[in-house]
Amino acid sequence: MSETNKKVQVIANIIMAAATILILIPFILLFISSFTDSTEIALNGYSFFPKKWSMEAYAYIWKEKSQIFRAYFITIIVTAVGTTASLLITMMYAYALSKDYFPGKKFFSMFLLFTMLFNGGLVPTYTMYTRYFHIKNTIWALLIPSLLMGAMNVILVRSYIQNNVPASLTEAAYIDGANEYKIFAQIIMPLSKPIAVVIGMFIGVGYWNDWTNGLYYVTDNKLYSIQQLLNNMLKNIEFLSSNSAASASAAGAVEIPKSTVRMAIAVVGILPILIIYPYVQKFFVKGIALGAVKG
Amino acid sequence: MKTKIKKCIPIYVMLLPGFLYLLINNYLPMGGLVMAFKNVNWQKGIWGSDWAGLKNFEYLFKTPDAFNITRNTVCYNIAFIIVNLVVALLFAILLSEIKNKLAVKCYQTVIMLPFMISMVIVSYLAYAFLAGDTGLFNGLRRNMGLNEISWYTEPKYWPFILVIIHCWKSVGYGTVVYLSSILGIDQELYEAAAVDGIKELQKIRYITLPLIKPTIITMMLLNVGRIFYSDFGLFYQVPMSSGALIDATSTIDTYVYRGLITLGDVGMSSAAGFYQSIVGFILILVANWITNKYSAENALF
Repeated sequence: MSETNKKVQVIANIIMAAATILILIPFILLFISSFTDSTEIALNGYSFFPKKWSMEAYAYIWKEKSQIFRAYFITIIVTAVGTTASLLITMMYAYALSKDYFPGKKFFSMFLLFTMLFNGGLVPTYTMYTRYFHIKNTIWALLIPSLLMGAMNVILVRSYIQNNVPASLTEAAYIDGANEYKIFAQIIMPLSKPIAVVIGMFIGVGYWNDWTNGLYYVTDNKLYSIQQLLNNMLKNIEFLSSNSAASASAAGAVEIPKSTVRMAIAVVGILPILIIYPYVQKFFVKGIALGAVKG
Repeated sequence: MKTKIKKCIPIYVMLLPGFLYLLINNYLPMGGLVMAFKNVNWQKGIWGSDWAGLKNFEYLFKTPDAFNITRNTVCYNIAFIIVNLVVALLFAILLSEIKNKLAVKCYQTVIMLPFMISMVIVSYLAYAFLAGDTGLFNGLRRNMGLNEISWYTEPKYWPFILVIIHCWKSVGYGTVVYLSSILGIDQELYEAAAVDGIKELQKIRYITLPLIKPTIITMMLLNVGRIFYSDFGLFYQVPMSSGALIDATSTIDTYVYRGLITLGDVGMSSAAGFYQSIVGFILILVANWITNKYSAENALF
C-alpha cells in the first residue's frame, strides 16, 4: 500500500468513525437517561455521565404494563396481517403487469402509475374514510389507509419478475395444463422470494412505525398501537396511569418519575427495532439500491 | 376475441384487489378535491353542499399563512436536498475508499439506523436534547454558567434543528444510493488512473463524480418533484406542535392537518390541500419531463 493510500485510509476512517458516533449519540443519551435517577435529572438534566443510576422508570412502567402490552399486541397483529395482505395484493398486481400482453394492460399500468403523480391529499381522504367508510376507531383504520399497496413496490416486483423469471418456465407450465393461479402460487411466488423479502421488510417496518393512521382515525385507547401510545405519552406523560383503574384509587400515592419514564418508554418502543435491525439491514440496503435504480 | 378475454379472466381476478384498493385509497379522494370549491355542509353531504366558487381560496390567500407555509415547505425542502446531497456524497465516497470491509459494514449499519426509526421516537430523542428544564443542552449551558434557552418556544433555532434532524434521519438512504452507484463503476478506470499516477482527490473529481452524475441528477429531480410535499412527522411531531413555533415550522401538510382536525375549518384546509395537489402534480410532471430528456430509463413514464 502506498504512502498516500495509507493516509487516505486513516482520514476516511477517522471521519466515518466520528460520523458514526455522532449518529449514535441520541440513542446513547436516551438509554443512559432512562437509567438515571430522576432527582439527579431534575438537578442537572439528561446527561451521558449520571452520578446516580436507577431502575425506577422501568419499575413504574412495569407496574403500568397492561396498556403497553396491549399496544404491542395491536402493533404486532396489524404488522403481521398488513404485511401479508399487502405482499399478496402487490405481487398479484405485479405479476399481471409482467405479462407481455392482455387486453387493458396499458390501462392497469397507467392506473397504477398515476397514483405516484397525483393524489387527493388528507382532507378528501380523511372525509371519505371517516364519513363514508366509517373506519374511525376500527382495526381497519390501522390496516388500510395509505399503507396497503404502493405503486413503487408493484413496479419493483414487476421488473423483478420480468428480469428473473424465465418466460420458458411459465410457458412450459401452461403446456402442462397449469392455470394462472397455479403458476402464480407455484412458480412466481417461490421464484420472487428475494424481492418479496426486500419489499416485505419495507412494508413491515412501514406498518410497525406508522403513527399517522392512529393520529387521524383512532381515539379509542383500546386500539392504540405502540407508536400512538408513545405519541400520546410524549404530550401527556400521565397517560399510562390515567388509564389504569388501580392508579385511580391510589392517586397521589406514587409520584411518577416523569423525566425518566419518558425516556424509558421510548426505549421500550425502540428496542424491538434495534434487536432485529442488524439481521434485516442488508435487505434494506438492497431495497434502497433497487428503488434508486428504478426511481 | 371472446376466448382471449376468457383466457385472461385469471389475470383480471389477480388485478382486482389492487385495483379496488387504488380506486378507494387513491382515486375516490381525487374526486373529493371538489370540496375545495364547496361550502361543505355535512347534513347535505359533499355533493349536495352549496358551491362556494373560489371563496375558500380567497380566504386562504388573504391570510399570511398561505405565503408562510409555501415558503417553509419549499425552502426547507431545498435546504434538505442540498445538505443531504453533500453529506451523503461525502459518506459514500469515503465508504468506497475504505478497504476494511468490516469497518464499512459497521459504518453503514449505523448510518442507516435512524432511517428505521419512527418520527415519534425521533421526537423523543430531540426532546432529550432540547427539553427546557431537563434537556442535555440546557444542562450543559447551566454548567457553563450560560442562561437557558427555551428551545420549544424560540422559532429562530428551528430551521437549523430541523435540517440537522432531517439529515440525521435520512442521510443513510442517500449514502446507500450513491455508494451502490460508485461500486458499479468499472474498477479498471481507477487502476488505469493509478498507473498514470493520479492523486486521490483528482480521482474523485475526474472519475467518481462524473460517472455517478446520472444518479445524482435523478435523485435531485425526484426530490425537486416532491418539493411541495413535506414530511408531516418531522414538522408536526418533532416541534411537539408548539404554538410559538408555528411560523417557523408549519408547512402545507401540517397546516392542512391543523385546519381539518384541530380547527375544523374544512374550507380553508381543503383549499390548501387542493393547492398542494395541483402545484405538486405540475412539479412532478416537470421533473419527470426533465428526467425523461436526461436519462429516459429513470423516468416514471
